[in-house]
Amino acid sequence: MRYLIRKFGFYLVALWAALTVNFCIPRLMPGDPVEIMMSKLGQKGPVTPETRQSIEALLGADSSRPLPRQYGDYLAGLATGDLGVSVTFFPASVIDIIGRTLPWTIGLIGLATVISFLAGVGLGTLAGWRRGSWLDNLIPVTTMFQSVPYFWLALILLFLLGSVWPLFPLNGGYDVYTVTPGWNGEFLGSVLYYGALPALTIIVSSAGGWMLGMRNMMVSTLSEDYMLTAEAKGLRPGRIMRRYAARNAVLPSISGFAISLGFVVAGSIVTEAVFSYPGIGSALLQAVGGNDYALMQGIFLIITLAVLGANLLVDLLYSVIDPRIRARS
Amino acid sequence: MTRPVLTIENLSVDYLVDPPVHAVKDVSLTLRRGEVLGLAGESGCGKSTLAYGIVRLLKPPAMITSGRAVFHSPEGHDIDWGDLGPEDLRAARWDKISMVFQGAMNSLNPVISIRDQFEDIFRTHRPALRRRERRDRCGDLLERVGVDRARLNSYPHELSGGMRQRVMIAMAMALEPQIMIMDEPTTALDVVVQREILREISRLRGELGFAVVFITHDLPLLLEISDRIAVMRQGEIVELGDALDLYTDPRHDYTRQLLASFPSLTGERGSFVRGALDDRLLALDAIDAGAAKETS
Amino acid sequence: MTADTVALTAPVTRRRPTWPPLTAKLAAGLILGGAVVLFGLLGPLLVQDPSRVGDIGLAGPSGDHLLGTTQTGQDVLAQLAYATRGSLIVGAIVGVLTLLLSAFFGIVGAYAGGWLDELFSLFTNIVLVIPGLPVVIVISAYVPDKSLLLVSLVLAITGWAGSARVLRGSTLSLRGRDYVLACRVAGEKRWRILAVEILPNLIPLLASQVVFAVIFAILGEAGLSYLGLGASGSFTWGTMLYYAQNGLALRLGAWWWFVPPGLLLALFGAALSLINFSIDEIINPKLRSQTRASRRGWRMSSEQLRKAKESTL
Repeated sequence: MRYLIRKFGFYLVALWAALTVNFCIPRLMPGDPVEIMMSKLGQKGPVTPETRQSIEALLGADSSRPLPRQYGDYLAGLATGDLGVSVTFFPASVIDIIGRTLPWTIGLIGLATVISFLAGVGLGTLAGWRRGSWLDNLIPVTTMFQSVPYFWLALILLFLLGSVWPLFPLNGGYDVYTVTPGWNGEFLGSVLYYGALPALTIIVSSAGGWMLGMRNMMVSTLSEDYMLTAEAKGLRPGRIMRRYAARNAVLPSISGFAISLGFVVAGSIVTEAVFSYPGIGSALLQAVGGNDYALMQGIFLIITLAVLGANLLVDLLYSVIDPRIRARS
Repeated sequence: MTRPVLTIENLSVDYLVDPPVHAVKDVSLTLRRGEVLGLAGESGCGKSTLAYGIVRLLKPPAMITSGRAVFHSPEGHDIDWGDLGPEDLRAARWDKISMVFQGAMNSLNPVISIRDQFEDIFRTHRPALRRRERRDRCGDLLERVGVDRARLNSYPHELSGGMRQRVMIAMAMALEPQIMIMDEPTTALDVVVQREILREISRLRGELGFAVVFITHDLPLLLEISDRIAVMRQGEIVELGDALDLYTDPRHDYTRQLLASFPSLTGERGSFVRGALDDRLLALDAIDAGAAKETS
Repeated sequence: MTADTVALTAPVTRRRPTWPPLTAKLAAGLILGGAVVLFGLLGPLLVQDPSRVGDIGLAGPSGDHLLGTTQTGQDVLAQLAYATRGSLIVGAIVGVLTLLLSAFFGIVGAYAGGWLDELFSLFTNIVLVIPGLPVVIVISAYVPDKSLLLVSLVLAITGWAGSARVLRGSTLSLRGRDYVLACRVAGEKRWRILAVEILPNLIPLLASQVVFAVIFAILGEAGLSYLGLGASGSFTWGTMLYYAQNGLALRLGAWWWFVPPGLLLALFGAALSLINFSIDEIINPKLRSQTRASRRGWRMSSEQLRKAKESTL
């Protein structure tokens, strides 16, 4: 129980830190984001005083309100879910844009990451179990994929499978001409088809890392005393591998999974850019390109919250599969 | 003399590195049914390697280079341990010969419950057993070594060192093997717990009649519990005999040195090993008795 | 495996850093990495001006232009040489900064203990869970004109935390070792224990963390530049790819433009990974056990090995 309280406490502090970073960045940076946004918004349509107020609360007004007051306004605005209005997608609000793009990203990045983790851990288990086998000797090759930048691999795959042998579409999230979004088979099929190449990119470039980590932990675990016990007990090798070796070796991989989520998100923003995928990463880049500071800050906040949430989830999962954590209270 | 339960003939184990290390050299032994055979010697003398060699648990580059270990079943079959294929070897382990390792701290899997570690044994070796029976047996085994059966739901880190070693011993008895190999089973424990565990082992051996190969560097302890003792040095057995004979009339110089290296409580080095040990044990028994009286 | 052999293979209490044995992996890593570094150092001296515009646009590799030309007729090889230098500079700066930051927050905190450790560890963990690249992207968006140094600085500030956490773990375990406690009892000064007894044992770990930091920095900078958010007016592998993408190199099939920078990046990353493998095997000698390399040191026939495999895992 104390473990859980500690964890929740930590994530609260981290959440506060993320909100504060989000508050500070626009105020510390050179330039006047509010004015830039106001003039851009003015070109698109009339700006109401409420809109101006909420943007000022987010990005910092040069009307000389003391910082603590500004901080209070900012938090109050966030509490009501007001993240301002987007310039790029005027008159849509930032929350709307996020709501529209986030499912795409979670579907693509989330699924691809989980698949890559499972595949990497599975292969790593086998490689560590049969040290010196061909699979084990393949590991340096697979980790080379890790040092290939996501977006470059994506470019090469696009070049080969999109242009040279046109098996997959070049960009987008689904076929916008022939398919209507909704819960119908055609649309889902199209989504899968369009998502295959981006997902493949993410899997190929990240599975190697999981595989290496798991392999190394397996090797360390194999020399533990309880492995010898399991062997002396005459258990079947498959059972020893799963319940004794892999069950222990996977623990660091899981905590490593939490840590590297941030990197995964980063890599996928760039991947989305290559494939013009209609996810949150592309929206962030559009926002950056169009000086749409409100949308930018909003997306940054959401990405951070998502990573924090995913970390918390992994921590909870960890406490379920490692009995020692539960008892350390 | 009755038929022995295990015969080791000219067993040699080498570490095949460059240059090769001869860890066990041409060892021959017979283990009688139901006896406690002590295997004594300093660290690195090859006593553990010999034990692992018997059940073929050696990892490369360690390798049995000659000799064999033959198990004699009570029904009269002979099983040459070295001739078994992978599947037969796996099935024979724990069923014929089980083991208790040093450092109970690490010999239990930390992430699965005691119950699961017990049930693994039954599921693998006694697949016909019903779930209900399996559960009952696990509980019975724990109670047999003086651990509450509610402990089945515990994880290893929730148990004390002594309790973990008891659990280990209970597991070793699970399939009622003919032989139990104990590799320094009490070394990591404090003297009081050590004493309790030893008494437990002696009692269980009396009830169930398995033979024990007891490996330790603590010769006085072996003198206390063993029927016969083998003294090993640099991979060879230098002396093998009845515990009492070995104590009263050691033949080999090295045995004499070993005996002399344990100081007695009364001061003179080595002169009263047996007596000193008895004093120590009597004192401990007194403590136990006192504790029992207080609780009752 | 047995009580006797554990004593032989377990790490001795006072581990001194040793040079890694020159394995095939390490040699390959050093040669590859060295070649890329040499190219980055010497290449710019030998090639023409990378920005010079020529009149033969998008020409494939030829005698005049070994790696062809870009859309505006710039020499790809010349650009590649300058880009290599640029990316390596980013890697070097971030590597050094990460070393300093992670050593400070990881080692000093863990060694000092108490509330300082709690504070540093909390700070490290928070930086760790806040995703780095989005922060870098947002900061880049506010600053239109950035130098390579600023980009490196931001990458280092967002990327040191992972290393600090690893170092903290190791320092905590070293701090509790018997020989360190013995030094304390003997009254050695605290900074001396840190410098003489603890730091030398952390060198392999520090080295591997720096190598990781360099890889991540170069990758991060490339991603940032590819998105058009990198340092202005600089040449790096990422900016080359950015221009290649914008010049429709992909659609036009100008592989000589977009393949070399990525390939060089991947090769350099792979070289550093190979070096890290060797360092890992020093930090954790178990990783070497039962691999092909270690088997070669045994005098076992394949028949014996097969038999051994039958009986044990």
